[in-house]
Amino acid sequence: MDVMPKWAEVVLVPLISLLLAAILSALVILGIGEDPVAAVTLMVDGALGSTYGWGYTLYYATNFMFTGLAVAVAFHARLFNIGGEGQAMLGGLGVAIACLYVPWPHWSLALIAATISAGIFGAAWAALPAWLQAKRGSHIVITTIMFNFIAAAVLNYMLVTAMRPEGAMDPATERFAPAMHLPTLHELLAPLGIEFSKAAPANISLLVALAACVLVWVLIWRTRLGYEIRAYGHSENGARYAGISPVRITMIAMLISGGLAGMMAINNVMGEAERLVLNATEGAGFIGIAVALMGRSHPFGVFLASILFGFLYQGGAELALWTNIPRELIVVIQALVILFTGALDNMVRLPLERLFLALRRPTTTPQGK
Amino acid sequence: MTLMKSLLGAAASLALTAGASLAEPALIFDLGGKFDKSFNEAAYTGAERWAEETGGTYREIELQSEAQREQALRRFAEAGANPIVTMGFAMADPLSTVAPDYPDTKFVVIDVSWLDVPNLRQVAFAEHEGSYLVGMMAAMASKSGTVGFVGGMDVPLIRHFGCGYAQGVKAVNPDAKIVANMTGTTPAAWNDPVKGSELTKAQISQGADVIYAAAGGTGVGVLQTAADEGILSIGVDSNQNHLHPGKVLTSMLKRVDVAVYEAMKAGDAVETGVFTMGLAEDGVGYALDDNNADLVTDEMKAAVDEARQKIIDGEITVTSYYENDSCPALSF
Repeated sequence: MDVMPKWAEVVLVPLISLLLAAILSALVILGIGEDPVAAVTLMVDGALGSTYGWGYTLYYATNFMFTGLAVAVAFHARLFNIGGEGQAMLGGLGVAIACLYVPWPHWSLALIAATISAGIFGAAWAALPAWLQAKRGSHIVITTIMFNFIAAAVLNYMLVTAMRPEGAMDPATERFAPAMHLPTLHELLAPLGIEFSKAAPANISLLVALAACVLVWVLIWRTRLGYEIRAYGHSENGARYAGISPVRITMIAMLISGGLAGMMAINNVMGEAERLVLNATEGAGFIGIAVALMGRSHPFGVFLASILFGFLYQGGAELALWTNIPRELIVVIQALVILFTGALDNMVRLPLERLFLALRRPTTTPQGK
Repeated sequence: MTLMKSLLGAAASLALTAGASLAEPALIFDLGGKFDKSFNEAAYTGAERWAEETGGTYREIELQSEAQREQALRRFAEAGANPIVTMGFAMADPLSTVAPDYPDTKFVVIDVSWLDVPNLRQVAFAEHEGSYLVGMMAAMASKSGTVGFVGGMDVPLIRHFGCGYAQGVKAVNPDAKIVANMTGTTPAAWNDPVKGSELTKAQISQGADVIYAAAGGTGVGVLQTAADEGILSIGVDSNQNHLHPGKVLTSMLKRVDVAVYEAMKAGDAVETGVFTMGLAEDGVGYALDDNNADLVTDEMKAAVDEARQKIIDGEITVTSYYENDSCPALSF
């Protein structure tokens, strides 16, 4: 049945896609008169060359792990959740409410409460589109996209009118109490004798994200619910015939998806900014789609793709800071990676499959005779 | 092992030299963008003047979203930029946490005066004094007795502008009507010329024939529409008289360029603390050049210059909106 060996499917296809994207990006950089080799060196050095760079890369990767997992879970039920951005924004609201209005004695308690609150807010934001899809057949892509805009407006309203501290000009909440401070990687690794940059924002949420990766793997491949989700995703009719309720699976898959996207907020709101600001998500909800596509909706793939996009984000920021390559072009490079790994997947896959078939034929035909 | 060690060593020494060679200043523009023809562009002008005069180079970044503020600060500080000049009140909170982490780096912030950070130079402007002067000119130039004010984001700082303006208008014509609108409640309001244009049209329909825009990049739309509709406008921060020659009555100058220039010139020896730039320090004022020479009558000029002197001498007090978060001449 398998045309290609597993390793080619998992490693070769993304790698060739990446290579193509890199070649095109290099041409674009050449086109505006900059040196592509210097640009790549700067990106690698800025993102991976120091613990400071790693700290930022991992910080972004944590965001992408949550949103990537969110999209991946929905993908398994063949639901395209484009609303990760809005769900993560609402998750931020959940974190802010949990951290501002309850005097937690210790960060660990606050982290648990904030994670739950963020998850609930994110899930609630996904619930309505899910219900509309399950009951009314409104397309989930359209409704989740629209809910992103509504989320932005809700957050805007909350920050401007309700949560802005007295006399402050900036639409942002006040800082969370010092007890809510999540340990950064610097503080976590110092007792082990490992020196890590103090300035980098990567924090303990990274471990939560890794745990989420494992849990999602268990859910999808080791539980009955996961089996039902996958069965529904492969064939709705088949699943219905087997007694799986489409409404139930749509709702559950989207609630889990929204919850995961919302949980991203413990990283960017609680771990990094320690207050809720406008646009706190910085597009991580959309990057999650690319991450899930590239990671083939597998938690380990999502993990690897998150690191790659974390690298692209941090490396891109370094490019914006230290070269004359405009920020828009960095978005172009990121977009090329998304295009090649996500949308143009078959462009690489089909020739590769043909190649493997051609390689196999001489060995298989004699055996057949 | 040894190869690994020497490689790491080489990388480390490279990183060190990169850090040491980078004692150049950095400039962080706020969300309005570098070329907003107003607040941020004034900073750019100041920085370019410094670069031209000294032949130095500086690092810069245009912020794209709120979440980037702290990251941009840290990146520049980590790379050894000194001083780091930042624009706008929204930098206050990020600075209050980042600046203490880098005690050897000097930070400069424009439009903030309330922080208690030892390695920070805070520059605030007496915008109400400058706005008072252009308010007087608006009232004198207005034929309908109704003048307009378009603010950017609805924050105390912009009300501070509007309040000084209204007091100036009332000083000349106590019966004048002032129409005031704000563009929005988020930083997006600093860069929304279309909304600025709509507000201008709305104010014109209410009878306004001179409109003052204190709205960053949004003001470009206000000035454009005012010029198209044949009424006068007043620019802000930078000298915007040249945008529509003969159509812009004057500009309320806020010498952000001077503040940035001086900070960069002083380099890492820049003096920290709180500095207020008012009329006396030429930190604020009104713009007079060839583009608006025909619009500003001698009578107008004499009256405004007299008021300027009286404010400096303390004979006229312009009430600040900050004093008790309200304005005697205008309710928002």
